Amino acid sequence: MTTVTTQIKLTPEHSARPGASMRSRLQDALPKIVLAPSFAITIVFVYGFILWTVYLSFTNSKTFPSYALTGPRAYQRLWRWTFESDPPSSWYTSITNMGIFGFLYIFICLALGLFLAILLDQKIRGEGVLRPIYLYPMALSFIVTGVAWKWFLDPGLGLEQTLHQWGWTSFHFDWIKNKDFVIYTVVIAGVWQASGFIMAMFLAGLRGIDGEIMKAAQIDGATTFQLYRRIVIPLLRPVFLSAFIVLAHLAIKSYDLVVALTSGGPGGSAWLPSNFMYEYTFKRNEMAVGSASAVIMLMTITAIIVPYLYSELREKPR
Amino acid sequence: MSVIATPARQSTGGISARTVNRILIYSLLALFALFYLMPLFVMLVTSFKTMDEIQSGNMLALPQAPTFEPWLKAWGETCVGLTCAGIKGYFWNSIKMVVPAVLISTLLGALNGYVLTKWRFRGHTLVFGLMLFACFIPFQSVLLPMATILGSLGRFGVTLRNATGFSFGLGNPTVNLVFVHVVYGLGFTTLFFRNYYEAFPTELVKAAQVDGASFFQIFRRIMLPNSMPIFVVTVIYQFTNIWNDFLFASAYAGTGDAMPMTVALNNVVNTSTGVVEYNVNMAAAMIAALPTLLVYVVAGRYFVRGLMAGAVKG
Repeated sequence: MTTVTTQIKLTPEHSARPGASMRSRLQDALPKIVLAPSFAITIVFVYGFILWTVYLSFTNSKTFPSYALTGPRAYQRLWRWTFESDPPSSWYTSITNMGIFGFLYIFICLALGLFLAILLDQKIRGEGVLRPIYLYPMALSFIVTGVAWKWFLDPGLGLEQTLHQWGWTSFHFDWIKNKDFVIYTVVIAGVWQASGFIMAMFLAGLRGIDGEIMKAAQIDGATTFQLYRRIVIPLLRPVFLSAFIVLAHLAIKSYDLVVALTSGGPGGSAWLPSNFMYEYTFKRNEMAVGSASAVIMLMTITAIIVPYLYSELREKPR
Repeated sequence: MSVIATPARQSTGGISARTVNRILIYSLLALFALFYLMPLFVMLVTSFKTMDEIQSGNMLALPQAPTFEPWLKAWGETCVGLTCAGIKGYFWNSIKMVVPAVLISTLLGALNGYVLTKWRFRGHTLVFGLMLFACFIPFQSVLLPMATILGSLGRFGVTLRNATGFSFGLGNPTVNLVFVHVVYGLGFTTLFFRNYYEAFPTELVKAAQVDGASFFQIFRRIMLPNSMPIFVVTVIYQFTNIWNDFLFASAYAGTGDAMPMTVALNNVVNTSTGVVEYNVNMAAAMIAALPTLLVYVVAGRYFVRGLMAGAVKG
């Protein structure tokens, strides 16, 4: 891209004439002037606000922000709550749920997405119909998804009742009302929403693989299973990485789905850290603790995203 | 790249292994199609049933006497919190919020992408990287400061109105949400346009420059006419995201008349007074889902492209 920078240097030639020099200097600065508002907004409203939140987490803020630093008390409380498992503290529940939800959501979406992509890649008639069916949930809001699955999983109205009517009366499925299992219903709805998109990512990856490699392996006598395990899946590594990044940051940001599907679950048993943050900040008047939990969420995402972005921006320094 | 499809094995007797294979694949695919369609189907049929039918009948059964009543009720009568005037007002709230937010963020993204690819300066990667990271932050980490700022802007708006008779939109929840969505959507729109313009031939820009075209002339005459696809992708992406947002909406317009659709829907469903009218709830959910579903049906290809561009950068 050095071509462009030398390109801009063209303008100083005009500066021989004094009248034009102001003009051309303005022209020179124009690109930066155009970009400046967006950049300033990002610096203030993203990075400035993050620092502000970090600051608040070291204060004693309750209902309203207070700006006297009181040390890492909020973090000490969160740390203590981390081990308070009996009865579980809200924070313990939130991070345990995050672990369960994050792992299952990412793992199932990746596995199901890859599986569906491989199936769809077998010269399927009607692929054009199936693909949009798998993918449309991604266009819905989490609130709509939550409402739909809340109904579907409700023992008195949905699946359980339907199967009872069909004669399978011993069928029992009340996870959505059960504090130990409610988080798994969030996994089901979350997978339903995102797996189709992951399928599309894998499908695009599969279509990008050179057919010659496959043919060569087949001639060498590789079975279908071997072909996928030894050749295709290793070639899809970049897609795995992208899909993992997308899913991980979706998982950590998940908030709406828990609200709409479970209203937080019985006694807050379906909370994720995002719900914890919202409740403590806006409802329980523990602003400092809420801010500390937000900082922890941010650090988790940063640990995943920054190395990824760094390598992405590094790779192509055109 | 299809592998199982090529018959590498011999057929065994009457039915070949290949046929069995194909049947297996198609049944699996059909099964998953059912899994994805089921909730939408249930939502749709329930929204056309009477309450009697819902209580007595099967959730999967088609409505015996289809009625449009629940939709009308959801649109014009149902209770959102304490006000019972349907969700139509909130639907328009969302439109009023989405349209300006999408337009402003997309246009700014286009300009940013143009500068970051065709007018590069020292440190452009850092600037882009900082804007890009903003896409991924959990918004919880900026939620509270933004609430504080919007609160004081609102108070300032009141002062302004007392002094001049006009608040200039300060303190208006819809204006606030437009602002918030523009701020936190900039990263994405910039990313989309930057990646698109990256592939755009720089020679054209150079030639126009030699001919004396200015920064904005080049943007208007050369870049914009060639940006249609990425505009569609960006607008769809932003529209879907902003329409579906719940966190900002509930934090900054969570009560009162300015609620966007998602918050209103959540309130409708969780309103606990009287009998829960499931058919009305489902109709309300369908209404909330329709705009984005419609966009998906009409321009699904671009929708997917947007999602992919948001996931894989270059």
